[in-house]
Formats: sequence, C-alpha cells, structure tokens
Amino acid sequence: MSLLSIEGVTQRFGGLTAVDSVSCAIAPGTISAIIGPNGAGKTTLFNLISGFQKPVAGRIVFDGHDITGMAPHRIAARGLVRTFQLVQLFPDLTAAQNVEAGCHLRGSGGLWAALARTASARRELADAAATARELLAFVGLQARADLPATALTYGQQRLLEVARALAAAPRLLLLDEPAAGLNALETDHLARTLDAIVARGVTVLLIEHDMSLVMRVASRIVVLDFGRRIAEGTPEEVQRDPAVLEAYLGGVDLAAGGGSAHA
Amino acid sequence: MTSPATTSPPSGRARLAPALLWAAGAALVAYAFVAGGYLVTVLGFAALYAIFVTGLNFFMGYTGQVSFGQNAFAAIGGYTSAVLTTAYNWPVFAAMPLGIGAAALLALAIGYPTLRLRGHYLAMATLALGMIVQEIAVQWDRVTMGYTGIAAIPPLGAFGRELPNERAQLAALLAALALAVWVASRLKHSRLGHALAAIAGSEDAARALGIDVARYKLIAFVVAAVYAAFAGSMFAHFVGFVSPEVFGLHMVVLGFTMLYVGGIGTVYGPLVGALIISLLPETFRGFKEFQDLAYGAALIVILIYAPKGLASLARLWTRRGAAPDAAAAATAGTSRGDAGAAR
Ligand SMILES: Nc1ncnc2c1ncn2[C@@H]1O[C@H](COP(=O)(O)OP(=O)(O)OP(=O)(O)O)[C@@H](O)[C@H]1O
Ligand SMILES: [Mg+2]
Repeated sequence: MSLLSIEGVTQRFGGLTAVDSVSCAIAPGTISAIIGPNGAGKTTLFNLISGFQKPVAGRIVFDGHDITGMAPHRIAARGLVRTFQLVQLFPDLTAAQNVEAGCHLRGSGGLWAALARTASARRELADAAATARELLAFVGLQARADLPATALTYGQQRLLEVARALAAAPRLLLLDEPAAGLNALETDHLARTLDAIVARGVTVLLIEHDMSLVMRVASRIVVLDFGRRIAEGTPEEVQRDPAVLEAYLGGVDLAAGGGSAHA
Repeated sequence: MTSPATTSPPSGRARLAPALLWAAGAALVAYAFVAGGYLVTVLGFAALYAIFVTGLNFFMGYTGQVSFGQNAFAAIGGYTSAVLTTAYNWPVFAAMPLGIGAAALLALAIGYPTLRLRGHYLAMATLALGMIVQEIAVQWDRVTMGYTGIAAIPPLGAFGRELPNERAQLAALLAALALAVWVASRLKHSRLGHALAAIAGSEDAARALGIDVARYKLIAFVVAAVYAAFAGSMFAHFVGFVSPEVFGLHMVVLGFTMLYVGGIGTVYGPLVGALIISLLPETFRGFKEFQDLAYGAALIVILIYAPKGLASLARLWTRRGAAPDAAAAATAGTSRGDAGAAR
C-alpha cells in the first residue's frame, strides 16, 4: 500500500505542459527522489502534490484520501509537508523561533487560549520550545538556536528549513533540492540526516540535482523530462536506462554517482 | 561547527536602556498629574493613539499586512459612543462595547472576502473604507450632525458617575492603555502570535506548515479593528467631541508615523512612537512658524538614525556588546555555499 499515489497528474501554463500526465507511487518508510533537467517540471509536481497549485487533470491520493486541489494547510494537517527550492525562512525570527512557529500543527489553542493563557496554552508553548531544541539538535544546529535565521550560513538555513518542516510532524516530507548550495561536508551531513529522518518514521520524497546524494540515499527514483515521466526504478535501473542517458546526454554523468559523497 | 554561540544573559547596560525609558515616561506622567493643565491633554492624546497604534501594529507589525483604513473603525467606535450617549442617553459602558462590536463585525465582513485573495486587495479595500466611512459621517447628518460634529459627549464614567476631572480621565486612559498593551503582549507570545509571525515571515512557508493563512489574517484584522474602535470611543469621551475630520486621513498618517518611529513589530514601539510624536509639536511650539519644519526635520533624523524605530535603539545598544559573538558564530562552522550553483 503506497503512502502517496499520483495518478495521471497534468499541469499547464498557457501552451506549456509543465507536468504531463505523470503517475507514480511512494511507499512508506522510504526515501524516493525525483530527478530531471532544469525545467523538467519537478517543482511544479511538488506544487501540485502540496496543494499550492491545482492540476488540470489527474488525481493525488495521500494515505487513502483524495487530496487533489485541497488547500495547502489542510494537506499539511494530513501529514504532508514540503520545503522550498528557494529557502523560505521567517527572517525576523531566530532559528529556534522558526521551528517553534513550525510547531503550529502540534497545538490547537486560538484567540481565547492565548488571551487567558490557559494551562494547555502554556503547555503548548513549552512543548513547542522543547520540540524546537530537540529538532535543532537533530539537524545539528543546537548551537545556532538563538541566532537570527538570517545569520545562519546558506547550508545551515537549508537544514533549519528541514527542522522546521519536521516540527509540523509530517508523515511524508517533500524536500525541494535540499542539497543545493551545500558543500561536500554539509551534503554528507544532510545524507545522514535524511536516513535519520526515515528512522523517525517519516517518508521522504526529494527533488535533487546532486546525483551522488540521490544515488546514495534514494531507494527509488522517478525521472522527469519536459514534464513527462521518462523512467522510474532503483538507482541502478535508472542509471542504465537509455531514455535517462539520452535526457542527460552531455549533462550530469549519472554513472559517476554512488560513493563520491563520502569524500 | 565549533564555538557554540549561546546568548549571554542581558548585561546591566542592556537592562539600563529600557529602564531609563520607563523611568523617563513615568516621570513625565507623574509631572503631568502634579502640574495638570495642557500636558494632561497631550498625554491623554498620546495614550489614545498608543492604543490605536498597538492595534495597527498587531495587523502590520505582527502579521505583516497593510491597512490604510483603521480610521474607519475608530470612527465607528467614536460615533457609536457619541450618538448613543448624547441622543439616546446610553451609559458610556453600554455604548462602548456596541461600537467595538460593530467595528469587529464590519472588519469581518470586509476581511473575509478580501483576505482570501492574494495580493493587496485588503490594502485597497481599506483605503476605500476609510473614505466611505468618513463620507457617511459627513452625509448622514440627521444622526452624525455632518461637518458640525457631535459635542457635549459625556466623559468616561460608570454607574451614573462621571470621572471628576481630566487627571482622573488620564488615569483611566492609562489603565486602558495598560490593558491594551497587556493583551497585545499575551497574543504575541502565543500559538496565535507564532502563526502571525510565520505569516509575516513567509506566507508560503506558513501555508506549508499547516497555518490557515486567510483565517489568521482575518483574526488579526478584527483584533486591530477592535483596538481602533476602542481608541475611537475613548477619544469621544475624553475630548467630548467628534467630527469627520477627527477620524480623517490624518489619523492614518499619524498612526503610521508613530508606528514606524516607535518601532514596528515590537510590543512597546507604539507607546514610544505615540508619546514622542504627541510631544514633538509641543517641543517645537517655541519655534512658531518653523514648527512644522522643525517637526519634519526631527522625524527625518529619527528615521535615519533609528530606521527600525526608537524601540529598536535599546536593542541596538544591547547588540553592540554581543555583535562580535554573533558574527563569529555566523562565520564559524561551514563556509557559505554557492547559493546559485544549482540554478
Ligand atoms: N507559475 C508558472 N507560470 C508559468 N510557467 C511556469 C510556472 N511555474 C513553472 N513554469 C514553467 O514550467 C516548467 C517547469 O518548471 P519547474 O519549476 O517545475 O521545473 P523544475 O524541474 O523544478 O526545474 P529546476 O530544476 O530548474 O528547479 C518550466 O519551463 C517553467 O518555466
Ligand atoms: Mg525546481
């Protein structure tokens, strides 16, 4: 039984078909990756899954529920949380406050709870603060907790966004190019963090251009090109696939992936 | 990642700056109570505006939205109080909640459709709202007395007794202000406040984290309207007079100025801004014809040297000691990756 199943999903922008009747299924407890050249439609597919855009055709089923066209915050409340290709932090807040704000779905207090500062409202705040510390430590940012988010390096900001997404208690985490702009050391740290995330019971689907990272962590890979799914399979299958080699011809050398991230 | 940057406890110096500010404010209020006279009126206005701006800050500072029409809600609060207490002899504390409730309902009716849309529909709608409400205040003269306005509004009081003098009124206004600031502070430091901060930071990220952006914006808009109507109603009873001009566009301009001078997004910024801007014209009264010029120059100086508002000066002072620490922490650990590499 798959956690997420995408069935013939299509998105058009004017004459451009950015996502062309793509289907795939994500099994729970795995790390899967979507790869493809620039403009292949990867981010658009994420926008469709997470509700930021409504597909013109097709169906998206998450955990047995049809979530097609549902509002993003409702999809998030069901346990499907995404990050962004361009980091979207809360710049006026500290790292810890960013994650605390991400704990929204763990609580329930509204206007009256805030005004009366009820026992449960106080507990929620304390829990959010504790969760923030725990998640920052989990991604290795505990020493940056009280710095403004903008004072973090780019790599740290990406990790902070992952920690904040985890604060929303996702069952499926969509990461849009989490390794973009990271150096080899940071990418290696990210790879280990991704494994640890899965160990926490969170399923991961990531978009990534860093092939060595993808080959290292993903058990299944979906390849998009011009909006179409041109291949799907294990890293080994995808690396040998003639259509994939064709799409990447002269681009990234897939076969060079594998162990290089250990450097 | 070496050299963990823990935030050091606030130094004596960092505590001194806000303490001095509070002491100065308290001394000024104490002096007003002793000396009485015009300063009481000025401080009363400052307190009224501080309430109004605290509401504006809730919507603009905490939530990162824009409204040009808060004067409309102040007008509804003020006129409801004025009409009900003069023409219908309602007690102050019956008229006031009704005006606030009416403003909240109007904010709901305007905010619900416009806040669902992306973009600046609400900012545009509020700009129109301010003008429409003012026009109603002018045209509906059977009730509002048009340009003439409504005079002889009873002062603040309860249980059939009015507060005896302006000093007692000022005390009531300061208590109302304390309540307003306390509420704002409570709301800011809550799950609700965190959601608003998220929306101010990035609406997309807020959505992705499960925050119902339209709903929280609406709550913030209604809260701001309640503040504005409360201030408007208190104004009517403190001054004893309302007219369309009182709640005109200048109220919006003044509110924005106080918000930015004091420090947008901070709990105490509206207080600082309202006090400074209320006192400035008095300070320059001696300059006579240069008054406006001196006033403008002072504003410019403030905005150049404290672009994030005067309330940020205390923080700036604090940070000066901690700055090398923070800078070291930011550059320690891994070097900045090439952000553009993948695009
Ligand atoms: N909102 C939009 N309006 C119009 N065209 C769009 C929009 N969003 C994406 N596109 C187009 O759709 C195509 C797919 O874009 P998308 O961002 O999904 O690609 P991607 O695979 O994520 O690329 P990259 O690797 O560069 O991030 C591109 O040609 C892009 O220009
Ligand atoms: Mg993309």
